[in-house]
Amino acid sequence: MLEKILLLLSLSFSVAEELCKPGAAEGYKVRFSIKTALGDQAYPWSKNEMFLFRAALAFAMRDYTNGEEFGVSDIHPCDETERVSFWFVVTRPNTTDLVDKGTVEMAIKKSRNRINGAFLLTDQTLEFDGIYPTLAAPVSPDTPPWLIVFGVVMGAVSVGIIALLVYPLVQRKLKKNKDADDEDSDEETGVKTAEIGANDGIYNSTFSDDERFTQM
Amino acid sequence: MDAESDEQKEITQRPKWDNKIQYLLTCIGFAVGLGNVWRFPYLCQTYGGEEFLIPYVIALVFEGLPLLHMELAIGQRLRMGSVGVWSSISPYLGGLGVASMLVSFLIGLFYNMILAWILWYFFHSFQSPLPWRDCPVNLNHTGYLTECEKSSAVNYFWYHETLNITPNIDTSGSLQWWLVLCLASAWCIVYICFIRGIETIGKAIYATATFPYLVLTIFLIRALTLPGANDGLIYLFTPNWETLKNPKVWLDAATQIFFSLSLAFGGLIAFSSYNPQKNNCERDALIVGCVNSFTSIYASIPIFAILGFKANENNNNCQNWNILTLTNAFNIGVGNITLENYGEWLNYLNKTDPSEVESLNLKACNLQTFLEEVFIVTCLMMSDILLTGLICLISFAVALIFTLGSGNYWLEIFNSYVGSVLLLIIAFFEIIAVAYVYGINRFNDDIEWMTGRRPNIYWQATWRFISPFMLLVVFVVYVVIEAEKQPTYNAWNPDYVHFPLADVLHYPEWVFAICVLLSILPVVSIPLVAFYKFMCFLKNYTMNRHNQNPYANECCHGEL
Repeated sequence: MLEKILLLLSLSFSVAEELCKPGAAEGYKVRFSIKTALGDQAYPWSKNEMFLFRAALAFAMRDYTNGEEFGVSDIHPCDETERVSFWFVVTRPNTTDLVDKGTVEMAIKKSRNRINGAFLLTDQTLEFDGIYPTLAAPVSPDTPPWLIVFGVVMGAVSVGIIALLVYPLVQRKLKKNKDADDEDSDEETGVKTAEIGANDGIYNSTFSDDERFTQM
Repeated sequence: MDAESDEQKEITQRPKWDNKIQYLLTCIGFAVGLGNVWRFPYLCQTYGGEEFLIPYVIALVFEGLPLLHMELAIGQRLRMGSVGVWSSISPYLGGLGVASMLVSFLIGLFYNMILAWILWYFFHSFQSPLPWRDCPVNLNHTGYLTECEKSSAVNYFWYHETLNITPNIDTSGSLQWWLVLCLASAWCIVYICFIRGIETIGKAIYATATFPYLVLTIFLIRALTLPGANDGLIYLFTPNWETLKNPKVWLDAATQIFFSLSLAFGGLIAFSSYNPQKNNCERDALIVGCVNSFTSIYASIPIFAILGFKANENNNNCQNWNILTLTNAFNIGVGNITLENYGEWLNYLNKTDPSEVESLNLKACNLQTFLEEVFIVTCLMMSDILLTGLICLISFAVALIFTLGSGNYWLEIFNSYVGSVLLLIIAFFEIIAVAYVYGINRFNDDIEWMTGRRPNIYWQATWRFISPFMLLVVFVVYVVIEAEKQPTYNAWNPDYVHFPLADVLHYPEWVFAICVLLSILPVVSIPLVAFYKFMCFLKNYTMNRHNQNPYANECCHGEL
């Protein structure tokens, strides 16, 4: 009995080993850059972390396929290195049929954020070789902001031009009113000087200066 | 008698500056420009640092300051703009003023387009993140647009979003409406500044001439606090005496001081004509010249600091990329390879698996190379109410050519062919006109009357011999060197095989004809006007000879 179990185990193990190898057709290479992401707070890589990875990936497969009961044992890693990188393949639950690359990719893409979150990493520090992160589309508001600034600047400039065009006209008008007042005061002073001239001393005809007032 | 009363009338009617500061700021604002901030640091970098200062200072002393003093003095004495001044020295020289005016108009056209670009960037600066920081994503969100990835986000924003540039000058494209808007606002701002002549210019200049210095100081402080700034400054100040042996350095210094001071535009003559006659123009010339040169040096310091920072950043990125590639390829633990032990690791890996290392195509990272590379090359070497409005409108309409898809290429043409040779020719004729047609002695008397001092031997020597000779030499050498060069231009072509390198194309025939036309047309007015005046003179002379009236003399003309 024991021998049978051992044989089965070794067979499944070897099958798994055969399923997963570097460069496997349906496999993916994963790379963890924990020190780059977390620096001093980096956690060491261990078997437990590997278990978490398998669990996270199983969750991703379940989520994508809507119910197929993937388990931790359906994720087969191999070729672990010091870099913290390894290959893995996914098999269907309770079989040794490999899940095709496309399905795995879609599953990972759908739950990428959740997988990243489990390891406190990002798209750049937890890399799946061949699966490109979906980039967030840049926010583009309805009215481009530059048009608003343009409107403000042009509004100010237009007000300035109109002010500079209108200001001298207004000044001229004020000056005209002021000139009208000035003319009245000129007449008064004119009259005054004539009076002063007439009352200035006694007019002596012997020494009269006929040229004093202009002959008309 | 008549002339004096006319002069009195002129003096009372001609507008004048509110105070000396306005006049000096206007001259400084006119002289200081892109040439100081952009072209001077570019030349410093090309010729390896501050050694460029030596030919620059020599050119300033023997070419720049004499011409500057002469323009300010002649404008102040004759109290007329450029066209009037040269006509009054000699009717045959009227074309000189017309040529100055035409050159100023043409240069004003494309300079305001540069202002339109600056406004575009200004309008876009009020958002976070800045639009030129990130590349836009492609349709299925898997990556960035290839054109942007290959070049850079900043280049993509400039060439694609701002200019929407066509692959070559033959393809004109259409008017880019956003550039038209920016150009319109640039011309409106110009209009508001000179709507009332020097009345408004004088007020506006307080802000427009001083603000650049404020911005430069902010840049200086920011640049000096960046990591790696030291490398840039060391690069700037390390002597490289070899460059002084290169004749091109002296040529570039001579042309640079010339364009930097904005001589031969007629603008300085116009500004000084609004001065009172008894004004010390010698001191003004020295102030403007020295402030202009100081600004050039002051501007080059933050630029080189930023250059050092960028070069360091690029170098670090390059080295980190190498490290990451090795780490991933050989599955080494992260952090094992550092900048320090990179060399050892590389040797070790090369011994164990040389073919793999070779296949990685590791980059060669050298700080010196980055320092020389970073600085990008296309450096731009440089009222009446109704009348001013009309000028603005016409200029705006003609300048619309720069808002086309191929607009940037046309701007480069204007920049290369309108500025350089014409100004040299005009300046040469100016100094010959003043020194030999107007008469250097008469000029000396005028200056003595205006400033109270006769110009000393330095001014005499430079006006009479040194400056005209230098100008002639510079002009000849410049033409010879430019004629040897093939007229090519750098095109931005995303489909080019070696993109993001520029696609170097030849100008088509019709474009080259336009270039030649632009170079020749403004100065054609000099001989044209002289010829016209000579024809008038001949006509009068022959008419007088035919109608010999024995009773005609200067005092009374006999009735026929």
